[in-house]
Amino acid sequence: MKSTRFVVLIIALIPMIFLTGCETNMVVFEPQGPVARTITDLINWSLAWMLLVVVVVFSLFGYIVWKYRERPDNMDYEPPEEHGSTVLEIIWTAIPILIVIALTIPTVQALYDLEEVPEGYEDKEPITIHVTAADWKWIFSYPEQGIETVNYANIPEDTPIHFKLTSASTMQSFWIPALGGQKYAMAKMETEMYLVADNPGSYVGKNSNFNGRGYAGMEFEVLAQTHEDFNQWITDVKETAPELTEEEYEELLKPTHLGRLTYANTHLEWVDHANMHSKTYTNPELYRYHGYQGKTFEEEDNYRNKETNLEHNGHHSDEDDEHEGHGGEHDGH
Amino acid sequence: MSANVNTSLPLEYQSGQSRMNILGFWIFLGAEIALFATLFGVYAVLSGRYAGGPTHQDIIMIREVMIQTILLLTSSFTCGLAIFEMRRGNKNELIMWLVITLLLGAGFLYMEINEFIHYVHIGASMQTSAFLSSLFVLLGTHGAHVTFGIGWAILVIIQLIKRGLTSVTARKVFIIGLYWHFLDVVWIFIFTFVYLKGLVL
Amino acid sequence: MGIKWDEFFITGDPLILGAQISIALTMIGIVFGLTYLKKWNWLWTEWITTVDHKRIGIMYIISAVLMFFRGGVDGLLMKAQTSRPEMEFLSSQHYNEIFTTHGVIMILFMAMPFLIGLMNVVVPLQIGARDVAFPQLNALSFWLFFSGAMLFNISFVIGGSPDAGWTSYFPLAGKEFSPSIANNYYAIALQIAGIGTLMTGINFIVTILKMRTKGMTLMRMPMFTWTTLITSVIIIAAFPIFTVALALMTFDRLFGTHFFTVSGGGMDMLWANLFWLWGHPEVYIVALPAFGIFSEVIATFSRKSLFGYKSMVYAIVGIALLSMLVWVHHFYTMGSGPAVNSFFSITTMLIAVPTGIKMFNWLFTMRKGRIKMTTAMLWSLAFVPCFTIGGVTGVMLAMGAADYQYHNTLFLVAHFHYVLIPGVVFAVFAGLYYWWPKMFGHLLNEKLGKWHFWLFVIGFNVTFMPMFFLGLSGAARRTYTFSAESGFAPLFLLSAMGSIVLAAGFAVFCYNIYWSLRYADRNISSDPWDARTLEWATATPVQHYNFAKLPEVKSLDAFWFMKKNNEGLTLKDSEIEEIHMPSNSGQPFIMCVLFGISGFFLVFEWSIAAAVAALGIFAGLIYRSFDYNDGYHIPVDEVRETELSWRNKKGEAHKHVS
Ligand code: HEM
Ligand SMILES: [Cu+2]
Repeated sequence: MKSTRFVVLIIALIPMIFLTGCETNMVVFEPQGPVARTITDLINWSLAWMLLVVVVVFSLFGYIVWKYRERPDNMDYEPPEEHGSTVLEIIWTAIPILIVIALTIPTVQALYDLEEVPEGYEDKEPITIHVTAADWKWIFSYPEQGIETVNYANIPEDTPIHFKLTSASTMQSFWIPALGGQKYAMAKMETEMYLVADNPGSYVGKNSNFNGRGYAGMEFEVLAQTHEDFNQWITDVKETAPELTEEEYEELLKPTHLGRLTYANTHLEWVDHANMHSKTYTNPELYRYHGYQGKTFEEEDNYRNKETNLEHNGHHSDEDDEHEGHGGEHDGH
Repeated sequence: MSANVNTSLPLEYQSGQSRMNILGFWIFLGAEIALFATLFGVYAVLSGRYAGGPTHQDIIMIREVMIQTILLLTSSFTCGLAIFEMRRGNKNELIMWLVITLLLGAGFLYMEINEFIHYVHIGASMQTSAFLSSLFVLLGTHGAHVTFGIGWAILVIIQLIKRGLTSVTARKVFIIGLYWHFLDVVWIFIFTFVYLKGLVL
Repeated sequence: MGIKWDEFFITGDPLILGAQISIALTMIGIVFGLTYLKKWNWLWTEWITTVDHKRIGIMYIISAVLMFFRGGVDGLLMKAQTSRPEMEFLSSQHYNEIFTTHGVIMILFMAMPFLIGLMNVVVPLQIGARDVAFPQLNALSFWLFFSGAMLFNISFVIGGSPDAGWTSYFPLAGKEFSPSIANNYYAIALQIAGIGTLMTGINFIVTILKMRTKGMTLMRMPMFTWTTLITSVIIIAAFPIFTVALALMTFDRLFGTHFFTVSGGGMDMLWANLFWLWGHPEVYIVALPAFGIFSEVIATFSRKSLFGYKSMVYAIVGIALLSMLVWVHHFYTMGSGPAVNSFFSITTMLIAVPTGIKMFNWLFTMRKGRIKMTTAMLWSLAFVPCFTIGGVTGVMLAMGAADYQYHNTLFLVAHFHYVLIPGVVFAVFAGLYYWWPKMFGHLLNEKLGKWHFWLFVIGFNVTFMPMFFLGLSGAARRTYTFSAESGFAPLFLLSAMGSIVLAAGFAVFCYNIYWSLRYADRNISSDPWDARTLEWATATPVQHYNFAKLPEVKSLDAFWFMKKNNEGLTLKDSEIEEIHMPSNSGQPFIMCVLFGISGFFLVFEWSIAAAVAALGIFAGLIYRSFDYNDGYHIPVDEVRETELSWRNKKGEAHKHVS
């Protein structure tokens, strides 16, 4: 029958699309650091198994549909009564369970590995970078070096970078696909991850979590440098870059697109958005640009209420006050 | 749809449609359980987030809450008596106990509204903090259910007076009874997890 | 109230202006047409006030097709915007609105009502009942869905469309970052529609548990009925969560509470948790009935009973249970730690097991069969390979650590379209071609059906296959444009071209409906497919009381064996009795209007006006409480006449003897 031949044709087409796909460089398959490599290995492992599943199902499908299709010469064939087969059903329950196990073990392994400094880099001194996402820019603070950049980050090669992520506004997802997977940056809490770049090079980083009108522009560059270049860069910045003031910083947090900026100090001096009790840096009035406007609410903990004192005076302050624990705030939900 | 009547069963179960309505209502209560469970979950997550505002100990008035609890528990008991009288076919006693149930329920509501007013007076409104938002919405949802139940029961009482005890009115009373007991159970959870726990912790 | 009229209508965009004008013209056209043809009365008595499950089903399906059109246009606009790098067809704001409404409409106002419509038409027939348990409630469910859908749809011309994604994550969707009323539409329209869905769930559970005909034990129920039952259970468990989440969203946005806000101690991820606690089961709410449809169609056109019926039932129960335990896989990247992520990776991957069981059972149903390539069957066949791709990529996404690279990319978008389009859209098309005669008394044209099928399936693959590779190349979802340097351009263009083919398929489908309504042969038997289940054991199209005599069931695939053994096909005159049916009611429609008005005011934050309109809703409830209308009886003569008009025809297995 004609239509069946079409089905076969379509199935044959799928790998072709696959091949054309390979021409564009799939960054996920070209890892540039150990963290990304861990994930790529896992993906390749899963791909092999999934290909097996696809091959089995597609061949069975093709065979059955072809063999048992209605033809002019089998119109008097009456199919048998058949209700199932325990043996077969056990087989196709057991094999998928085995495949799931085969996928689970490396997945769990990778999940635990990705929380730590990558293997082989444990004794290298990590560099900490605080990442603060805002609408619609990325702010990188280097507390140890005392500098701050916007929309780009330089890092030394072969060194674990300890990213501490938070947000001054909406929720973002911090992602440098060539170096590793992503993680959310959320206001008033902190998430963290380690990334390492094998070699000097420029990598694209972006926000992958939709956060409004300016979302598409939330890209940044990560430039991995040799240690000499990196140290030189730090020295240069300290000598030439201006100091960031609190007023300038508030301006910076407003919903805008900015180019690259560099400062010779960090905003952590006056606010750490990861702290649950930090002030809220929201500006609803600046988001009125479309449609019928509703009411907004004055919040006591807003940064424009300079006089309110947010120091917590309740009975439960001990556990809440240190913000270290907030990355784990969500555990179990 | 045919009548499908079975007179050996209690009045409220006699017609096929009534049996379906009662089963449907049980399933509805299942949905209500999911609803309140979600609200309790939200409360559990947010109850420590005072945002500099008042805490449990600052606002809870345990004496009033005890009285509310007693009112509502008693009303559940009188509601049971109402169903008991219905099974015995005593319409007037049934109505009497229903009215008493509603009065107790109204007393509960009156106290709860006062409690809310008091909270707002001492600066603990729904807008103050995540803790208070979740507290108000949990209590408020329960209170709204009680209000709704009272209004609904009044309608059923009117129908009882107009039409007497028929298989339809009996089914309506029975369903109200289920609803009322359910609200009582929810309150017991609120009492334990909001008030007692709030005082202890 | 201080209405800001200048902000009331959305102005300034030529696309929207065009839509406004065409909406106005269509409305005028409809009103004029109905008046001219004197059809108002017909519309009111035959449709708007109906409580007949088949007509309610048809109204659901019509609405769903319209919503498919709306959602599809949204999809095409998005594809046009991303067809070339740096394209300036839509602004980012407009793109954001469009993917939001696309997602919401496709899932809540297309997939759900389409399936609920088919359930309405088919399930009472499959269990040999004359209606659902609560016919008037059923009408109310439909009208609430309709009210919610209309409220949501006017947002793009009045007040502004929601623009925070179909997931409406906080804090973005809160007043702090979205002060316009647009996202109120999301909270309130979905709330109204959700209440309707919840009641549908209750209705179908009671119907299936209490109204099965004699002999139909649970394990003799057709698979579509089983999936409807389990789906309804999931609805009862999951929709209240959404009700709460939407209510809290409304409080945050309208009354300044702090559930999900950045300020005041709110917790944005709480919304994400509540949303997906509902959202993932929701995926199965639409997938399971679709699986049921495939089971019916595959069994019928292979001329075999379903392979492994029992394991199919256990599989759907298993899927339903697991579906409640996987929601965290939507935010592995939130940083909840490896233990949590491991747990949810495992539960998610485990769903592949029951799904695999179903897949193999379908394949083995066809084995040794005689597979008839009707359009309905073609959809079911195409489902197998396409859904397999969706399934295996789902397993890949389930692996928490790997998801760190796929999350929020077009890989994910490709995956869920590969699940939702084969899993739901193919299914409703299959169901529509299959059950169309039950509703309208004629077939859909098979030749046009095949055009529809091939264009749609090829277009679908060409549209979404490239997105897998775009995702792996680092293209994030929901971005309205991309740069030329990114290298994404060729695949985006290919995908856009695919969507044109897809749209052509849909156009053929619409034309097919038109053509068949006008020209298709009405002279068909009551059982045109030689089918197996009870919905075919009565007239086609179905008379409004469904069955003159309720059938008796002795086995699975009851009708097949009735035909084989020539049992129960003949109606004797002496067996005809008066039939009790529920009366029509205008009340559900009036409630729809009241909910719509009240919701509209609430969207615009005019609380007092909304409360006044809500009084009308309470008045409706009070009226209903005092309503003792017990329906009416169809006299024996009328039943006899109706039965005579279709039984005893040539080629008709059903006979009438006196
Ligand atoms: C008819 C052809 C369809 C086309 C051309 C289409 C196209 C698209 C596109 C381009 C996106 C947005 C990608 C992005 O920028 O992130 C999208 C998102 C989406 N689609 Fe479709 N789609 C179609 C059918 C469907 C169907 C049938 C469903 C569901 C049953 C569906 C559900 C969704 C959902 C839930 C989203 C996510 C929306 C969001 O990001 O908030 N789509 N679709
Ligand atoms: Cu999910």
